[in-house]
Amino acid sequence: MTTARAAAIVLAKELRLEFRARELLTTTVVFALVIVVLFSFAFDPTAGESRRYGPGLLWIAFLFAGSLMLNPSFAREQSNQTLDALRMAPVSPFAILLGKMLANFIFLSVAEAILVPVFAVLYNLSLSDVAGRLILVLVLGTLGLVITGTVFSAVAAHARLRELLLPLLLLPILAPLLIAAVEATASLFAEQPALDRAWLAFLAGFDIVFLTASWLLSDYLLEE
Amino acid sequence: MKGRAAITVLAAALIFFAGYAALFVAPDEATMHEIQRVFYFHLGSWAAMYSALSVAFIANVGWLVTRNPHWDWLGVASVELGVVSCTAGLITGVLWGKPAWGIWWTWDPRLTTCFILWILYVSYLILRGLIEEPQRRATLSAIFGIFAFLDAPLVYASNRLWRGQHPSPVILGGDNSGLDPTMGKVLLITVPAVMVVMILVLVDRYRLEKLRYELEELRLVEEERGSAANSMPIKELS
Repeated sequence: MTTARAAAIVLAKELRLEFRARELLTTTVVFALVIVVLFSFAFDPTAGESRRYGPGLLWIAFLFAGSLMLNPSFAREQSNQTLDALRMAPVSPFAILLGKMLANFIFLSVAEAILVPVFAVLYNLSLSDVAGRLILVLVLGTLGLVITGTVFSAVAAHARLRELLLPLLLLPILAPLLIAAVEATASLFAEQPALDRAWLAFLAGFDIVFLTASWLLSDYLLEE
Repeated sequence: MKGRAAITVLAAALIFFAGYAALFVAPDEATMHEIQRVFYFHLGSWAAMYSALSVAFIANVGWLVTRNPHWDWLGVASVELGVVSCTAGLITGVLWGKPAWGIWWTWDPRLTTCFILWILYVSYLILRGLIEEPQRRATLSAIFGIFAFLDAPLVYASNRLWRGQHPSPVILGGDNSGLDPTMGKVLLITVPAVMVVMILVLVDRYRLEKLRYELEELRLVEEERGSAANSMPIKELS
């Protein structure tokens, strides 16, 4: 079986699981919404202020929501030892990892698709002119988040205090991604929106570095 | 053991001499005066940190490839040492920053990178503390260590693109870089002195980890023997 096909099967399994339970998405969206609302109490969200702080608030909300959402990705395979069953399948460990990364990417993207319009309304930002470019930034940023996050979800799954450990491991690693994503988003929120290509390239570079590392290390990550 | 004692005495003499050179031999700096003398150890700490974290990266890869526990011991020893020298570098930097720049801290690329590195490698040590099984602990922490090491240049590049205040390197900056020749000579003593002390600590920490590992192995053997002895009477009863 090719890696792509095996990854697609894992992806389908993750999506089916989420479609039946529908707990992860709801919780993530509401959690991110809580952060956005709380930030609006910390900063007065007038249009001028929201142009300055908005991109940072948005990405911090995604990072926090993502670092909590990614935890069950491997943790829920622990309770019935289903990860052992997955490992026994004659597919490369990277296929399992890739399937989970794609599933997490879809979950987080759906959450973002709900959150960004709500954010634009609450913080009085007009995003219709920059929607296409904003989606590009969101996709590249979210990819970096789920690539590292899914790997660390597998790392934290074997540790005690894993719910606390995952954000601790993940958030500092994402510091460069946060800077790049915030700066790229800020260039779109400005009075004259112009996408900063340097930051976009940086995001793509981040994704490539850590996807390659995940691919090289997946055998060790998922070994018994 | 005798050789080891001799090396320790030598290292102590070297670091003492380095302290003397930094305080009394090095010339007075034109604008910053006495506080600039912290620089001789500030640079030494950073040299030790970057070396320790590079060794940690090699050790992490070494463990994954060879599965020889020596690499795991070296990995944890060098990360701990990296965190210690990073802490020393940050503290000397903060002490120097206040009189020289007028502020304790600034979010400059190099400062930010070191701070993020400090957090990352402290997380590495926390991660190790939270995984029971030795093999798994070694593998998962090695993977995290490799990710952290790969992240360091990205953190630096992103902050470099964003903002910068730290002075550009004066050392190795060519003939007219502004470094007094005597200052250069003092650096040639202090940096190796700090490195020698750090290497000694690294070797000791490595030995300690080795002893811990051996103790754990012995305990496991003892437990197995104990449980085997306990199961005997049950067998006879049934």
